Amino acid sequence: MQKLSLRDKIKEARISAADSFRGGKLMSSIFRPGSPFRKGYVDSPRNRSYVVMNNVLYHLHPVKVKRHGVRLSYTLCLGGLSFFLFIVLTITGIWLMFYFRPTELAYVDIQNLQTSIAFGSLVRNMHRWGAHLMVLVVFLHMSRVFYHGAYKAPREFNWVIGVILLLLTLLLSFTGYLLPWDQLAIWAVTVGGNMAGYTPVIGAQAKFGLFAGLEATTATLLRFYVLHVLFLPFIIVIFMAVHFWRVRKDGGISGPL
Amino acid sequence: MVDIPEHLLIRSAEARAKALGISVEQALAEMKGETEPTVVAKEPEVKVIDETPAPAAETPAPAAETPAPAASKTDTPEEVDFAPEVKVTQRLLTVVKAKPIQKPVAEPVDKVNTWPHLMLPEFVSLMAMTAFLILLSAILQAPLLEEANPNVTPNPAKAPWYFLGLQELLSYWDPQIAGVMIPLVLGVVLWMAFPYIDRNPETHPSKRKFAIMFYTFFLAGAGVLTIIGVLFRGPGWNWTYPWIDGIWFDDLLDWIHFE
Ligand code: HEM
Repeated sequence: MQKLSLRDKIKEARISAADSFRGGKLMSSIFRPGSPFRKGYVDSPRNRSYVVMNNVLYHLHPVKVKRHGVRLSYTLCLGGLSFFLFIVLTITGIWLMFYFRPTELAYVDIQNLQTSIAFGSLVRNMHRWGAHLMVLVVFLHMSRVFYHGAYKAPREFNWVIGVILLLLTLLLSFTGYLLPWDQLAIWAVTVGGNMAGYTPVIGAQAKFGLFAGLEATTATLLRFYVLHVLFLPFIIVIFMAVHFWRVRKDGGISGPL
Repeated sequence: MVDIPEHLLIRSAEARAKALGISVEQALAEMKGETEPTVVAKEPEVKVIDETPAPAAETPAPAAETPAPAASKTDTPEEVDFAPEVKVTQRLLTVVKAKPIQKPVAEPVDKVNTWPHLMLPEFVSLMAMTAFLILLSAILQAPLLEEANPNVTPNPAKAPWYFLGLQELLSYWDPQIAGVMIPLVLGVVLWMAFPYIDRNPETHPSKRKFAIMFYTFFLAGAGVLTIIGVLFRGPGWNWTYPWIDGIWFDDLLDWIHFE
């Protein structure tokens, strides 16, 4: 046998260590059979099914989907991107919560976040532009669904859930708008809240409930904060779960046209 | 009505020939309507039961010795009497269309594995979106104006962009209509009920021109109102030109002030 150079020996040791790690107890306890992360994954129809079936993703995706549905040009991935933006907003939002107090200090907190906290400005920008983007993407998703007639039987009810999701998205965005507590925030919310005041019969009550008073104050700030970081995300997650479940129960993606 | 299978027709024609004392060929021809019926008597109706049985009144009573033809209430009893002197041995009452007991619910569809055919594109678009968002956030600074001050009202005070179309409507119409009835009644209730209002089952654009037109007009209208609200409205909600008077919108367009 030919003598191996030190370099080759190291390379071999590295490969066999990686192999025994991937085939070891730890990895096989984390990744279920069929996972591409386990040792000896081969690309076979059986393993392709296992990747989904033996995975938490099975809650979202079936093992097989209609061929036309995977064409990017059909859904443009807009529903998926709405969901993904929601995830990004959740992550950046939780991060922002570490530095933000919904009181008179809110404005100062945002200033400090931007000037003296590492990545503070970037994360705030991501959260803000991401929110605008999500409104846009959800709207585009709705338009895609409309132009495909994808709301027709048996998907009527998923459209109803979708409209609720759109409303919740707008409400999330609107409640978040107040939080920086600058002139833009308070007056945009005042304009929006005054519209609620024109509700017939219960206008005054609606406005009072929204503002936690007669006008936008720090009480409004606290109210919007709780709605924004807890109540509305909680509700929207429930509706999203039903929405995704219905997509599957209604026979997967609609079409082809 | 379905085509009656030949062998059943022949069997029925034989019975009829026997009952009326005519030849089988003649009976067959009569039944197919090629020649005039021999007797004045009315034919007992041949009912085809397809899945759902017809309401009781319309089904000829199978047990009746002298069958009363169904839809002929005006017939006198003598006409109904079907060759009474001959004993009827066999008649064709119904033809039940042959169908499998178990119906296949869905046709087989062309499917592919979710992994990798769906999950990879999803992953790619997710990464692209992340890259886009990080890039955007690195370039564009989100606005932060002076601290909130309830005593200083900016002029104009504008809502977030997705409500600016409504705010624009609000400047034309009574606030109860533009601010509440349109968003609540049109925007929410009617929009949720839309799939139940549009009963056209077609999905191809060429077969739902009205719906497509409707939504496109809605999009165009909302787009125009929003753009007016964002770019063309200045102090006092007066009409301004962005290239002359600058942009009076501090949110999205903070970074391209023209002054
Ligand atoms: C937070 C917002 C939303 C999320 C995360 C979301 C997510 C999704 C996803 C992932 C799908 C799978 C197909 C695709 O990607 O297009 C889907 C389908 C669907 N969505 Fe949404 N959606 C949202 C809002 C809406 C809205 C506003 C509507 C309509 C008013 C809507 C109506 C529908 C319908 C009818 C389908 C079935 C489409 C088909 O089978 O082709 N969704 N949604």
